[in-house]
Amino acid sequence: MDLVESYKEELRLIDKPWKGFWIALLVLALILLPWFTGEDLVYIATLVFIYSIGVQGQNILIGYTGQISLGQAGFLAIGAFTFGHLSKAGAPLLLGLLGAGLVAAFFGVLVGFPSLRLKGPYLAIVTLGFGIAVYQVFTAYEFLSGGRMGMIVPKLEPFLGLSREVSAYYFTLLVGLFFTILSYNLISSYIGRAFIAVRDNDIAAEVMGVNLTQYKLLSFAISSFYTGVHGALFGMFLGFLDPQMFTFLETITMFIAVVIGGLALVEGGIFGAAFVILIPYIFNEYKELVPVIYGATVIVVMIFEPLGLAGRWLKIRLYFRNWPFR
Amino acid sequence: MANLLQYMISGLSMGSLYVLVALGIVLIYRATRILNFAHGDMATMGTFFAFTLLSFRLPFYVAFIGSLLFGGLLAILFYFSIIIPAQRREATLLGQITLTVGLGMIFQGAIVYLWGTDSKVMDFPLSDANVWKVGPVYLNELSLGTLAVGIIGSFLFYLLIQRTRVGLAMRATSENLAAAQTLAIPTRRILALAWGLAAFLGVLAGLFLAPALLLDPFFMLEPFLKGFAGAILGGLNSLPGAIVGGLIIGVAESLTGGYIALEFKNTVAFLIIILVLLVKPEGLLGTEFKERV
Repeated sequence: MDLVESYKEELRLIDKPWKGFWIALLVLALILLPWFTGEDLVYIATLVFIYSIGVQGQNILIGYTGQISLGQAGFLAIGAFTFGHLSKAGAPLLLGLLGAGLVAAFFGVLVGFPSLRLKGPYLAIVTLGFGIAVYQVFTAYEFLSGGRMGMIVPKLEPFLGLSREVSAYYFTLLVGLFFTILSYNLISSYIGRAFIAVRDNDIAAEVMGVNLTQYKLLSFAISSFYTGVHGALFGMFLGFLDPQMFTFLETITMFIAVVIGGLALVEGGIFGAAFVILIPYIFNEYKELVPVIYGATVIVVMIFEPLGLAGRWLKIRLYFRNWPFR
Repeated sequence: MANLLQYMISGLSMGSLYVLVALGIVLIYRATRILNFAHGDMATMGTFFAFTLLSFRLPFYVAFIGSLLFGGLLAILFYFSIIIPAQRREATLLGQITLTVGLGMIFQGAIVYLWGTDSKVMDFPLSDANVWKVGPVYLNELSLGTLAVGIIGSFLFYLLIQRTRVGLAMRATSENLAAAQTLAIPTRRILALAWGLAAFLGVLAGLFLAPALLLDPFFMLEPFLKGFAGAILGGLNSLPGAIVGGLIIGVAESLTGGYIALEFKNTVAFLIIILVLLVKPEGLLGTEFKERV
């Protein structure tokens, strides 16, 4: 649409002044949010920020690199329990997060190895098996999972004289922003282009000089790093960990978030996370029927918007950009 | 030795139910390339329907046949009312898989809402309390019945696919949709039939699993995952592969449960799959990836 004259311009995230304005407005709104809303909404927003990190990571793997993975719960558990052990051993907060991400990334590379030969549903079942194995290892070995009563994780210390909830909100907002900017940069760089090439046709990508082994493993490592950090933040936020929190259901939630949000769109990760958190919250009143409503919403959104929520978002933006023409 | 035989028999009888689940998954995958994540929940729905019919004091065979038909109709309804409209709007494959995930959630929520989460015992004509001692091993009525249903079910299914005109149409449709349409095969109805048949097999497995496990809204989750694993192990587009894969999973988990540790039953089953897939990425009997650039 617009003329791009240099590679540097291509890499720029904010290509128009108005875009910068809207983003600044959005960030400002998010910063001011705790002052204008109640505690429960702050709580929900914090969860959305946490989830958006993991969902973005999975979107890099599923949406951009095209490797269907169903092992999210495993990576979440690894990240969360690593963080738990690290913070119990007295590691500072950021080191704990980094450690959680790195350990998850290590296992991501391990799981990534089969992906060099497997495709589609076959890869999905291998990663699914990984998730189940992690779950069973954590339930079987109590020194890993902190025993039958679960593991107590120290919560975030309140800072700047804010309440505990609000400081958790700001901290996760900061981490979430960091990872969002990271994903945008990653996708617009050569690594992102290599991922997309692998997704569209891996053999063709290899012929063009993309090192398949390297990039598939890299994609697994990055996505599980994100997911590990998600798990760590989740554990820190709840202050309590239990293997029961990381079952197949959690995998399904993440998978739905990725697809509903919009595959291969960074915004999709955020929309998807908001969807899976907000829908059960909004319909909270109809307690028993929440899963039914949730499932029905998933179906309705998928039928009417195959590209996911971010696809609709793009269409809305395009409509206003071209207005009054259509 | 006697132990080994005992574990083999219980593994085969469990495996034959995984075979039924796996056949359903493979059937849908071959026909539409969709991994049906609602398969387990459809089966649960059918089984609970049978439970309700039984609680009206209907004879068992009525409940049995009624629930099988109910499951099949549910799947056909889903295909016509949701999958087809989604395909008209050019839903991606992952999108269609997500549709089945959504359907599974609806079923699960509906089951919890209608029947509650507490586990129930279903009246069943076969019981695992009737035990015979044959040589060194113990056989119980339920596992023998299960084994018989698995074998007869797979055999009838084989006849249907290989020896009837409908089966031929189904094979043609899954082989090449466009060519099947040119040959005046009503592909949409055939695909709907495949969905119905898959759910039918799933409910059949569910009915025989219900007395072995307890009937609760989530009782099919694990058998579904195992059936899925079996289908992958045998090769997702191969019906004989589903039979082989399901049986291997059943025996493997029974042997692990017996000899290694009960907690790692599931893990070892998946470990086997990973190892097999590393050697044969298309599963044992699958033939799929012929790729051109």
